[in-house]
Amino acid sequence: MSTYDTIVIGAGHNGLICATLLAKAGQRVLVLEASDSQGGLAASREFHPGFHASVAQSFYALPANLIKDLDLAKHGFELADSCLHTIALSPDEAPIIIGDESVSGVSADDASAYQTYRRQLKTFSAALAPFWEKTMPGIGGNSLKELLTFAHMGLKLRMLGKDDMLEFLRVASLPMRDLVDEHFKSEALKAALCWDGIVGSKLAPRSPNQAVLTLLNRMAGAHAGQHSLPAGGVAAFVSALGAAAQAAGVEIRLGTAVKQVLIEGDEDGQRCRGVVLTSGETVNAAKVVSSADPKTTFLKLVGTPYLEIEFSNRIRRLRCDGFVAKLHLALKGRPQFTGVSTPDGRIILAPSMDAIEFAFDDAKYGDSSEHPVMEILIPSLHQPDLAPAGQHVLSAQVMYVPAHPEGGWTEERRQALREKLMAVLERYAPGIGELTLGMELLTPADLETQYHVSGGHWHHAEPAIDQLLMMRPTYEAAQYRTPIEGLYLCGAGAHPGGDLSGNPGRNAAREILA
Amino acid sequence: MPPSDPYAGERLKHSHFHERQAPMNLRDAWSSWNGFKFADYYYDETYEYFCIRNTCGTYDICPMQKYMIEGPDALAMLNRMVTRDLRKLGVNRVTYVCWCTDSGRMIDDGTIFRLGEERFMLTCGSPSLAWLRKSSLGFDELSITEYTEDFAALSLQGPTSFAVLKRMGLEAVGELKPFGIMHLPFNGSSLMISRTGFTGDLGYELWIEPSQALPLWDALYSAGEDYGIHPYGEAATNMARMESAFIMPDMEFNEALKTINFEYDQTPLELNLGWLVDFKKPHFNGRAALLEQKKRGPKRMLVKLDIEGNKPADGSILYSNKRCSKEIGYVTSGMWSPAVKANIALAMVDTDALQGEIWAEVYYERELRHRHKVARCTPKDKPFWAPARARQTPPGDY
Repeated sequence: MSTYDTIVIGAGHNGLICATLLAKAGQRVLVLEASDSQGGLAASREFHPGFHASVAQSFYALPANLIKDLDLAKHGFELADSCLHTIALSPDEAPIIIGDESVSGVSADDASAYQTYRRQLKTFSAALAPFWEKTMPGIGGNSLKELLTFAHMGLKLRMLGKDDMLEFLRVASLPMRDLVDEHFKSEALKAALCWDGIVGSKLAPRSPNQAVLTLLNRMAGAHAGQHSLPAGGVAAFVSALGAAAQAAGVEIRLGTAVKQVLIEGDEDGQRCRGVVLTSGETVNAAKVVSSADPKTTFLKLVGTPYLEIEFSNRIRRLRCDGFVAKLHLALKGRPQFTGVSTPDGRIILAPSMDAIEFAFDDAKYGDSSEHPVMEILIPSLHQPDLAPAGQHVLSAQVMYVPAHPEGGWTEERRQALREKLMAVLERYAPGIGELTLGMELLTPADLETQYHVSGGHWHHAEPAIDQLLMMRPTYEAAQYRTPIEGLYLCGAGAHPGGDLSGNPGRNAAREILA
Repeated sequence: MPPSDPYAGERLKHSHFHERQAPMNLRDAWSSWNGFKFADYYYDETYEYFCIRNTCGTYDICPMQKYMIEGPDALAMLNRMVTRDLRKLGVNRVTYVCWCTDSGRMIDDGTIFRLGEERFMLTCGSPSLAWLRKSSLGFDELSITEYTEDFAALSLQGPTSFAVLKRMGLEAVGELKPFGIMHLPFNGSSLMISRTGFTGDLGYELWIEPSQALPLWDALYSAGEDYGIHPYGEAATNMARMESAFIMPDMEFNEALKTINFEYDQTPLELNLGWLVDFKKPHFNGRAALLEQKKRGPKRMLVKLDIEGNKPADGSILYSNKRCSKEIGYVTSGMWSPAVKANIALAMVDTDALQGEIWAEVYYERELRHRHKVARCTPKDKPFWAPARARQTPPGDY
């Protein structure tokens, strides 16, 4: 029976990153992945014969230094030189084109305000950037390292200068709507800018909480949070991660689901000793790192009998309601969006903040939005091998769709949603229906079952202020260590959270090696 | 109560024994316990205390919380919740337990009755259903049933308690060892008898279906007429338990889930209940925190004190010297003990100060004049009162 230093549960990007860094430090590492492909929500799948797509459709939060640390260039992945522009469409107005530092299609006032807006957010984002790559101090922890992290945070904010620091403290917890209302007049522009703070969370523009903080987290990625899609797309990222892992000596077993984390108990207490697979096989390891979400990790794989009562119930209470559905269309030709010459940017179909808000209200009360809003990419324009020659893939993040609507996901309900989505698309891209050869709709419930993510939530746990930083996913598990000796977390449910950032995986590896 | 009573929901409930107990409450000395009308005393607390120590008395435990935990996961669930190892508890045995928060702070203490392989009854002073439910997350094969009002439960305590049961025709109870459970027929029903109690003396707790409450009472009082049987209330219980050094919520400990100030609750180690904490068990709630405290040593400990003089020291602050210049703790409960003829107290004392002198500043009153004096305290290892008859099997027929 082979024994590993560390077993990583899940071959999502965080799992692979953590595994690679551990192996690079000399550990013998095994990655166990339940599905048949690596990459988790970034895995590319054939959704229609000859057409491929992944749930994660672009990069915006990936830190440049991570690509370097993992030497991903050597394995075929480089960040795009430039980012995608965002195209905000509304039925009655000309498209608004949003870039990193400028915006066109809006008034001169809005265009100038945009520069101020981006400059200020970049300043704040840069001040926070180091903390996404650090382990958060434990609550009540008084070690020098923990105190220094606090001190560093304070110093970074103070170094913004008094005005910026006060402004940061004021805006950090604003709803997105309040932030953009302060700067802009154009409804479509405001809606598109809101999008980046709320997408993936159970949030609408007016929702109080941490949308701005999430935005700043995303902006710590390359291109300051602007979306990008290099040649090879998301698939190249995943395959480079896999190759880097293998080059570092990581063993990856696909189609191998973990049934249980193996916990041994005696007079000296409990400790993790490996995992038991659904096949019944036991694999031993000194340490186990889970990139599965916290609910799956603790409630299913560990089991509450091995945990403390209050801790278990905090995990039970974690909010992880996925509210984003994924739509993939197989198109026999390039779709024409009215007013857009080449749809090679990121298109946002949300005419106003109210449109997003009302769409949220429908889902909040249990059903899919009557008038859904969405973010669209045609990834095949950047990565032609996703579809047969001359044909295209449309990939859309759809808000808002609840994971568990009342009455469940019946075929009627799915069909109604498909028709609704096609109607929206038809309005902006007339004729798209006729181009459509096939379609895949993944509700959060589908993400939950097919990708093993509780609630189908992108971020494994809602990135709300009570589930962030030293509270992510909850105290006593917020420093990647868990109450079970030898068991660690390295997924999006750990600090600093979701998106393709790789930070949880990287930070966890550092803690394990410490 | 007429149906139109606007305060109906606010009225105190009546225990299954109320019809017999109410007329005997000569002083109308009622307070309440868990929403039940409950006697502080019936006639005189000292008289009732002497019944416990010299003859016998009955104490109504209907308001005590009772929960039935049943199913294949019942043992595992309770064993993870409490600090003792319940795997060692046989069927028809009772054990004293406590349970803690994740950080090892004591939530409550109580007793667990193992009524079958997969059937347990938990009894405790305060409502605990919410905690039981939280504790059962992930243990799917069990049911938790509130049972408080489904048993008529009466504690019969004192040296003549066995004699009374014997005269009721229940002599088989003579074989019952401390913490044992026995089921005997009574009046066409089944009477559960456990050799348990909260007085440190010979005694039993009687459990029966509510419809049999009054027949049971009548049989007891008829058999006990010549054996000094008398109902006793909270006040006498408090005296008896203090002599036996049993802890009481709101006196020795503050229930952790109700404690607001940081660490104003206690751990079992601080309460001198280390013997209840089985670190050999790989996991139980609060284990890691308690182990950490054990390694470092608790900062304060509950101790038994013998205090010079005869002025009860309840509420006293403790000092390391007679000048009272350095505070080292406080008395949690104190009394003049008639049974041991000593001025006794339970107290929380800084562990560091336990080896040195302990002085209590005792406050008392003489005809409305408030006074204080400083009295020397001597820590005691053993309970103040622990008569051999409490454990003797078969018990004496006093």
